[in-house]
Amino acid sequence: MPHAPEKRSNAPVFWLLFGAGGTLSALFGVGLILVTGFLAPQGIGISADALSYENALAFTQNGLGKAVIWAVISLFFWHAAERFYLTLKDMHVFSDTGRRLLTYGVAAVVTVATAGLLLAIGFNQTM
Amino acid sequence: MTERADKTIELRVLRYNPEADEKPHHQSFTVPYTSDMSVLQGLQWIKDTVDGSLTYRWSCRMAICGSCGMMINAEPKLACHTLLRDLAPGPVTVEPLNHFPIERDLVVTVDDFVKKIESVTPWLIPKHPKPVSEGPYNQTPAQLAAYENFSACINCMLCYAACPQYGENPKFIGPAAMAILQRYDGDSRDGGSALRIDAVHGEDGVWGCTAVGACSDVCPKAVDPMHAVNQNKMNTALDYFLRFLKKRDAK
Ligand code: SF4
Ligand code: FES
Repeated sequence: MPHAPEKRSNAPVFWLLFGAGGTLSALFGVGLILVTGFLAPQGIGISADALSYENALAFTQNGLGKAVIWAVISLFFWHAAERFYLTLKDMHVFSDTGRRLLTYGVAAVVTVATAGLLLAIGFNQTM
Repeated sequence: MTERADKTIELRVLRYNPEADEKPHHQSFTVPYTSDMSVLQGLQWIKDTVDGSLTYRWSCRMAICGSCGMMINAEPKLACHTLLRDLAPGPVTVEPLNHFPIERDLVVTVDDFVKKIESVTPWLIPKHPKPVSEGPYNQTPAQLAAYENFSACINCMLCYAACPQYGENPKFIGPAAMAILQRYDGDSRDGGSALRIDAVHGEDGVWGCTAVGACSDVCPKAVDPMHAVNQNKMNTALDYFLRFLKKRDAK
């Protein structure tokens, strides 16, 4: 029979977040940069006030809008965190706890902070 | 008419005799070759005509047995499957597989690799055992395709020599063991999944892989061990969250 099973790793948690962020960024990352960074501000193909303060606020005050913003920001961070974590590990930089705090820790803080800010903006009841 | 071996190529071969040498060193040989000669045949020419003590493993000479893996110009290759003419004008460095202890010259110790293969329960555990009188276990072409390419592994260890994570951490289960695991796990007749997941769900199991992919690049049989690793990252991740819902058969 095989050797005694090794302790179960908690890597699946981070790997699934990494995978979710990777999928999301592959599907929407470039598009988002293009639209929010170039097309909308320049008014190319999209009306220049599509991203005006009022529109952006309305989007953020909508429940679904909040969910989208939260997912995009936090999952992108979890994706990056995993990549940085493995890179630091390969380079033998810091202790494992240090590496985890620096990468997963940052992603966790960003996730909580984004949720907090989105809630602080509040919901628009008239929507 | 047989081709005359009128071209030559220099082979720089790593030599190491642990009983006499303090450390490994290179030795150069000028080898006459014809266009159909492999690196293995070059080594055989050296052994037959220059130095009978040159030590290397080989058996089939046709990329089937997996014995002749070595570093050829720093890349893990089967010596019988690598032609000298493709390496001309040379010189060609020939060294034992990376990441394994050298036993002598080009021969490495395979114990760790064998232990790893054994650890993944590399045999079928029938889901529904049935007597021969009830006939064969039938499979659809799709069920066969689910594991067929993983069954092509010849245990040549090239993927371990290519894997930087195995080089870093010899406890890492490594690519071929995962491909072999998936060969059985992916088989519709098999019911040993729980046992195998438990062998690889740790940090040195499937999670030791960082998806470099060098294993699949060097595999001479197109086994694609990286794909097997990814499948098992997913299986292990699902098992991580769903294990409390699953009823495990006591095996
Ligand atoms: S997976 Fe490929 S490279 Fe690795 S041992 Fe099997 S045949 Fe060789
Ligand atoms: S001698 Fe068998 S694989 Fe090369």
